[in-house]
Amino acid sequence: MKFAVLVFPGSNCDIDCYKAVEDTIGQEVDYVWHTATDLSAYDAILVPGGFSYGDYLRCGAIAQFASVMNEVKKAAEAGKYILGICNGFQILTEAGLLPGALIRNNGLKFVCQQERLEVANNKTAFTNQYSQGELITIPIAHGEGNYFCDDATLAELKANNQIVFRYAGDTNPNGSVENIAGISNKAGNVVGMMPHPERAVDQLLGSEDGKRMFTSILNAWREQHGAAVNG
Amino acid sequence: MKATVYVTIKQNVLDPQGTAVQGALHTLGFSEVEKVRIGKYLEVELDTNDRAEAETRVKAMCEKLFANTVVEDYRFELEG
Repeated sequence: MKFAVLVFPGSNCDIDCYKAVEDTIGQEVDYVWHTATDLSAYDAILVPGGFSYGDYLRCGAIAQFASVMNEVKKAAEAGKYILGICNGFQILTEAGLLPGALIRNNGLKFVCQQERLEVANNKTAFTNQYSQGELITIPIAHGEGNYFCDDATLAELKANNQIVFRYAGDTNPNGSVENIAGISNKAGNVVGMMPHPERAVDQLLGSEDGKRMFTSILNAWREQHGAAVNG
Repeated sequence: MKATVYVTIKQNVLDPQGTAVQGALHTLGFSEVEKVRIGKYLEVELDTNDRAEAETRVKAMCEKLFANTVVEDYRFELEG
């Protein structure tokens, strides 16, 4: 299985994503610059965190028009796995690949801390190694992670089981509607989340609960391509 | 021709910055302040004299880039 980690000017979690793929599942992974015009070689695309284009205008507003994003849209239509983390989530919503928007945290502060998350849907390609409702610890680090969508969109998210992660209990750190920490598109092959699973792949980092997101993706890909793949 | 574009947060969307500024104004004694909303102001110089064309083009710019219409509204004025 082959992963791409997109790199925009201002991305800063690209190395973490790359290392997470190497260390958790040992699959092939490449950095792909934002000017790339072909992603056909990749089975999964990670859109990393950071401050693409300095977050000018709005988070992800300018990155959504990078030439690589046309390829990300094609990959999404082709059913490839796309995971946007933090700024990557913001870019995917700006690009229209995921519904809603991420606005300023309701407390106005940049929040950088471990968060308890509830796995709200373990039937996705990104979460099949978790149990439904499992509580996991993954860090967040953002100033604009307050997920907003209108009531109609929220009803649709619920009806299609598109809410993938919620902040557990009463720990909502940013004001997100319904404690939403991560969502998928309707087809389930595109997921965006504010927490950073790539920063939670080893006990030395404080948690290894993010590991299973990567093993989930590999697992889903193997099931899709027949279980005879080794490695 | 010059376009001035105003991007504002939709009324049904929380504006934590506006709320914080409102709190600061109250602290300063401006107790009559009932609400503050913060938005963006853009000046865009256009190389055209065709008002109708400018109108269409600036509207497209707003829809595509200046505003995220999920959470923001926009309006603009043309002069020159």
